[in-house]
Amino acid sequence: MPIKSYIAFPHSGEKNQLISALKNTEHCEVVPSTNKDVIVLVTDTENDQQEEDLQQILHSIKEIEHLNLVSGFNDKATQL
Amino acid sequence: MNRRNFLKKAAAASAMAAAVTMIPGILFASDQEDSTLSGDINWTKGPCRFCGVGCGILVGTQNGKAVAVKGDPNSSVNKGLLCVKGYHQIMCTSSADRLTKPLVKKNGKYVETSMEEALDLVASKMKETIETHGKDSVAMYTSGQSTIPEGYVASKFMKGAIGTNNLDCNARLCMASAVTGFLTTFGADEPMGCYEDIEHANVFVLWGNNMAEMHPVLFSRMLDNRLTRKNVKIIDLATRTTRTSKAADKSILFKPQGDLAIANAICYELINNGWVNNSFVEKHVVFNKGKTNIGYGLEDKFKFKDEATPINFNQYKTFLEDYRPDKVETITGVSAKDIKYLASLYGDPNLKVVSFWCMGLNQHTRGTWMNNLVYNIHLLTGKISQPGNGPFSLTGQPSACGTAREVGTFTHKLPKGVVMNKKHRELAAKIWKVPYERIPAKPTYHATEMFRAVDRGDIKFIWTQVTNPLVSLPKTSRYRPAMEKDSCFVVVSDVFPTPTSDVADVILPAAWHVEKSGMYGNSERRTQYWDKMVEAPGEAMPDAWMTIEIAKRMGYGDLFPYSKENHHEEIYNEYRQFHAGKKHNMAPVEVLKKQSGVIWPYIEETGKSTQWRFNSKYDPACDSTKDFDFYGKPNGKAVIWQRPYEPAPEVPDNEYPFWLNTGRVIEHWHTGSMTRRIPVLHQAVPNAYVEFHPDDAKQMGIRNKQKVKVISRRGTTVLPASINERGMPTKGQVFVPFFDESMLINDVTLDAFCPISKEPDYKKCAVRIEKV
Repeated sequence: MPIKSYIAFPHSGEKNQLISALKNTEHCEVVPSTNKDVIVLVTDTENDQQEEDLQQILHSIKEIEHLNLVSGFNDKATQL
Repeated sequence: MNRRNFLKKAAAASAMAAAVTMIPGILFASDQEDSTLSGDINWTKGPCRFCGVGCGILVGTQNGKAVAVKGDPNSSVNKGLLCVKGYHQIMCTSSADRLTKPLVKKNGKYVETSMEEALDLVASKMKETIETHGKDSVAMYTSGQSTIPEGYVASKFMKGAIGTNNLDCNARLCMASAVTGFLTTFGADEPMGCYEDIEHANVFVLWGNNMAEMHPVLFSRMLDNRLTRKNVKIIDLATRTTRTSKAADKSILFKPQGDLAIANAICYELINNGWVNNSFVEKHVVFNKGKTNIGYGLEDKFKFKDEATPINFNQYKTFLEDYRPDKVETITGVSAKDIKYLASLYGDPNLKVVSFWCMGLNQHTRGTWMNNLVYNIHLLTGKISQPGNGPFSLTGQPSACGTAREVGTFTHKLPKGVVMNKKHRELAAKIWKVPYERIPAKPTYHATEMFRAVDRGDIKFIWTQVTNPLVSLPKTSRYRPAMEKDSCFVVVSDVFPTPTSDVADVILPAAWHVEKSGMYGNSERRTQYWDKMVEAPGEAMPDAWMTIEIAKRMGYGDLFPYSKENHHEEIYNEYRQFHAGKKHNMAPVEVLKKQSGVIWPYIEETGKSTQWRFNSKYDPACDSTKDFDFYGKPNGKAVIWQRPYEPAPEVPDNEYPFWLNTGRVIEHWHTGSMTRRIPVLHQAVPNAYVEFHPDDAKQMGIRNKQKVKVISRRGTTVLPASINERGMPTKGQVFVPFFDESMLINDVTLDAFCPISKEPDYKKCAVRIEKV
């Protein structure tokens, strides 16, 4: 099931709160930039329902100003 | 590390790479550490498989499989950074449709066979063709992605063993104008500087070069440099607004073919304002003019030979009178003010300037001239061969320099020099241990003409390796039917099925990059070695070994006495003999194994690379009594060439009112045969598209994603429209990336080429648009 990565942009001055919020969200791993207000977010869900629930949670996190989807993998790699 | 963890690492790496290209200078401290978490992964160094930048990679292997890739922090090229293609490269190897068994076409269907049988068949067909039709009826077409050993044995096989110059490569389609530019101006191929120039320069002028997508790691270095140093500017000079334009300090858009006039106008300004470095010019430069109205190569068997006529500075100055900036505004579409601004940057003695270019100048019916003209600017100002000052022609393929240009897999080339030169043929014959008379003195077919010869029935056997010409050639609408003809036996060696293998009589499965050992040579003259890291699947084998096996079967075994296990190293040691001497000495393989690449000329005494050629401070091959020595020319002087503006062969008219420009996107490598099999890259850009200027789209009533036909006098393809998305062409122009074999834009392009370099122009032809 989907593994996705995003670039997350927090609202001004809310980087640490956003890191904390994402770390406390199930199925999320974060890699914060050390010098910019940017966070790489990797999500790993097991089924469609989990993915849908996670999307709702992500959309409700108020510290996120913008979430930019970069990549999406299925565990079973798709081919041409 | 299990597959899921690997995918998570890959996903994180993608996002970090994307962030780096969006936000210059961004750092992720956990990047390298996270990638090394799993202790039982074995990391092996090598160069990236894709572009000509030549980033160092570390490939993680576990249980006989390649499971991860990260940037090599010890590589001075990329310092640990990779682009999105680099991070994901190994994922293509597990593609379900990987070629693992030879396939032979029987009664119109492909039948699996053993490698022994397939090689026997190829050798017998090649031999039989030569016996019946002569040695010039067979041809090989190889690649700037072939390793150095692969290119070397192909050259030795065709030129030394068989005795035909019917060998050319796909670097003809991307770098040939750079080669002829270097040779005509300096008498020696390849850039004089190195990537470290980026850390010294104040101004970067990008001539038709979308570096943010095509050379992203170098672009990141440039952006980082702009962040950390004062007085650094990036000027984007292009026919289309791209990601590079958006990151540049200034974007100057010009009309297709207008670059010839812009470069001359800059030189006019340099002279008119007294910005010429007179002392440098007097000591190190001579002036020549060449032929004009030189044609476009549109007809079969087109012939052209340039002729140099010496001129003096005043004659050159008079010639430039026609290029006063206000006089060329109509041709270029660039204001006199902007041209004067560009000239002021080049002319300011306190600014160090690097010019970068790649396909924009090379894929040009006056590609050699354009290369000459940029050199003119740097020679007039003396801004050359010094840290941070220099013209820098970038390559598109990982070993366009190392293999195509240095080994010499062009019809006119030998590993050292050219077939036309008796001494060069004698040297090749001596090292190859073949009779000197066997190597023909005349070049035969360059790439476009080679496929024209297939169409005419003159070539009756062709073997392609590491390339996909039926997607990458211009005017594939002629060359695909040509390759389907019964008159030519087609052998294709590749890792994956492609539109080229679809027309093959025999398909030979090839080992991919890390499934064999080899060397590549990148844009900055850096030779990089890697060891085989994993086994190739099924019967796939290295291309070099296929060539050797065929040569043995044709009776040339004594010329190819290499061992299967170590042939790459034995071949390289033989090849090194060609370049012995101060001007092009290659590092020994033992040195290459230890380092993340070495820039030639390698200095034996110090064990160091030569970073700046032709400058006696850095280059021991120079005459030490001079400050600069352009030793490629017998008189030690570079040439400023008088080259005029001449129009493109086909320009928009009432019937075909748009210019067509083609190119690439960051996610896909060339014809997409590898990157379209990497799920994350394929999903990111699943298909090609045609970009419009919003005003043109509005006028035609075309909406985003709407399917339209792009039609030329050669062919048609259907693509979705893209309006104001990734890039934006100027009004009256459309742009299409060429990676998508299901939307073949090269059915539409024109096979006109530079008469000197024979490199086709993929950037300019006339098309019309119809709604589907």
